[in-house]
Amino acid sequence: MIAYALKRIFVAFLILLVVSGLTFSLSHLSADPALTIAGEQASDEDIEAVRKLYGFDRPIVEQYGNWLGRALQWDFGDSFHYKAPVVEMISGRIGTTMTLGFLAILFALVISIPLGTLAAMRPNSFIDRFALLIAVFGQALPTFWFALMMIIVFGVWWRWLPISGNTTWAHFVMPTIALGYYATPALMRLTRAGMIEVLGSDYIRTARAKGLSPTVVLFKHALRNAIIPVVALAAVWFGFMLGGSIVIETIFNLKGIGWLSYDALLRSDLPVVQAIVLIFASFYVVLTLLADLLNAYLDPRISVR
Amino acid sequence: MIDMSLSPLRGQQTAEEILEPSPMSKLRRRIFKNHSFMIGAAILIVILVCALVAPLLAPHDPYELDLSKRLINPFWHDKKTDAEFMLGTDKIGRDYLSRLIYGAQISLLIGFSTILISGVIGTALGVTAGYFGGRVDMMVNFIINTRLAMPVFLVAMAAVVAFGASLHVVILVLGLFLWDRFAVVMRSITMQARDLDYVKAARAIGCSTPHIIIREIFPNVLSSLTVVATVEMANAILLEAALSFLGFGVQAPTPSWGLMLNEGREYMFFSPWLLALPGMGLFLLVLAINLFGDGLRDVTLERER
Repeated sequence: MIAYALKRIFVAFLILLVVSGLTFSLSHLSADPALTIAGEQASDEDIEAVRKLYGFDRPIVEQYGNWLGRALQWDFGDSFHYKAPVVEMISGRIGTTMTLGFLAILFALVISIPLGTLAAMRPNSFIDRFALLIAVFGQALPTFWFALMMIIVFGVWWRWLPISGNTTWAHFVMPTIALGYYATPALMRLTRAGMIEVLGSDYIRTARAKGLSPTVVLFKHALRNAIIPVVALAAVWFGFMLGGSIVIETIFNLKGIGWLSYDALLRSDLPVVQAIVLIFASFYVVLTLLADLLNAYLDPRISVR
Repeated sequence: MIDMSLSPLRGQQTAEEILEPSPMSKLRRRIFKNHSFMIGAAILIVILVCALVAPLLAPHDPYELDLSKRLINPFWHDKKTDAEFMLGTDKIGRDYLSRLIYGAQISLLIGFSTILISGVIGTALGVTAGYFGGRVDMMVNFIINTRLAMPVFLVAMAAVVAFGASLHVVILVLGLFLWDRFAVVMRSITMQARDLDYVKAARAIGCSTPHIIIREIFPNVLSSLTVVATVEMANAILLEAALSFLGFGVQAPTPSWGLMLNEGREYMFFSPWLLALPGMGLFLLVLAINLFGDGLRDVTLERER
């Protein structure tokens, strides 16, 4: 187990190293960063001076080494455009994105677990077909279009909800639904499949045979087991949602990291983009690492393979 | 099943076996009985035909603008409609129906070209890893995990910034990113197929490795390949729409549905149909592809059972 854990942690670090290298080289393929900083009207000497000052004249490997060294000490340099430390810009906004991601995954679970359970209890019934219909439609609905339609209906026509900003809880309602519903089909299908499998197993038959009430069997015996993979998948979806938050935060003008990355890309603000890519990647790697380790702990056979 | 195909008794069929419908007609019957497959295929064919004969179908040139005919309402409104423009015109007076029809071309082009690129990359990686196993498998697994750790949407946006926004760049970027599912699925199927008796037999009689992979293994992965291709095609279409919506994708004046949503956004208060229609197109197309893929999976899985 310990050997397996150490190996997985080593691989996780290696993955982050490669991702950081790719991110760094990708962002340096784009327009000359010195030109971005100095501005369009800058003279050639100014641009040259900026290039020297920021070290863009050094070999790319050296620049990467410096950047990575500082990144490991939680220093991603200063934003080209806002001239403020990137770390401060991100830490000021990460709360909004995390709140949104958490609410969205909560929304998805609250919808998908009861619906999946009901569908599993009566396969091919009306409720099962209804759940399937929701899953099929949900998967085909473009997130950003759904968000726009909600803005038109609930924000403009009926004026129920605010359409821009993040000052009150009401500002989070539409973004949460827009971001959360997209995870619902996958989570619901997994709940349904897991429940059908568990409900057909021997120990459930035993529990029923010894006369336990159906409620106890369903919640205490069946759901508790069927829900483990659903929670694991929800953790992975949480990672995906950080990506989805870019469109949603931009549409609703929620100024979290997603909005920040859109803004930074518009301005070719490389240090900000690099930092966000690395943070999102680390988030995904850590979440999958934890899920793997948890699985190995629950099922020791995995670590031998 | 496999033993049967090698056994010398194969030629002796019983009366029931002779009278039983052929596998092909059984498959045909299953396809016709599968509602999601039939509905998906029907919508898909309609959209495909629309895209293919767009020049014949579209009443106007999708690029022809007429500033005197800006924002004409579609036919269901009472005022400011024009029989010549059934679905109205956009902010610079281009016929919306024609742009919607040509938009299907763009989405389908993105979908097909992306899965062509990503399918080749993913299948090559997955089949190699599954067939050779060991160190090769470990290496490919590492590549897959690295790719999964990269936040697709953010990196795609960064790549579009780096290489300039155009249809080709979007196709290339999505193609180079969306191969992970192909690789994962192909890897596991190849692993199973590698140990089938007839593959072992082919190896025993000295067939070359490329021959075994192409002639013996590949037919096994074909049906799963098609199913994964539908999933990734839907994914690519949605991603392109989101990228174009944010301005990091296809550029004006191309009639991409995502870009049309971007252009209609400022008119969402008074002309919400500018947003509703392209989104409906996206929704229908993705829904059809998903239904088609789901149905295909059910039909082929049933056959393998």
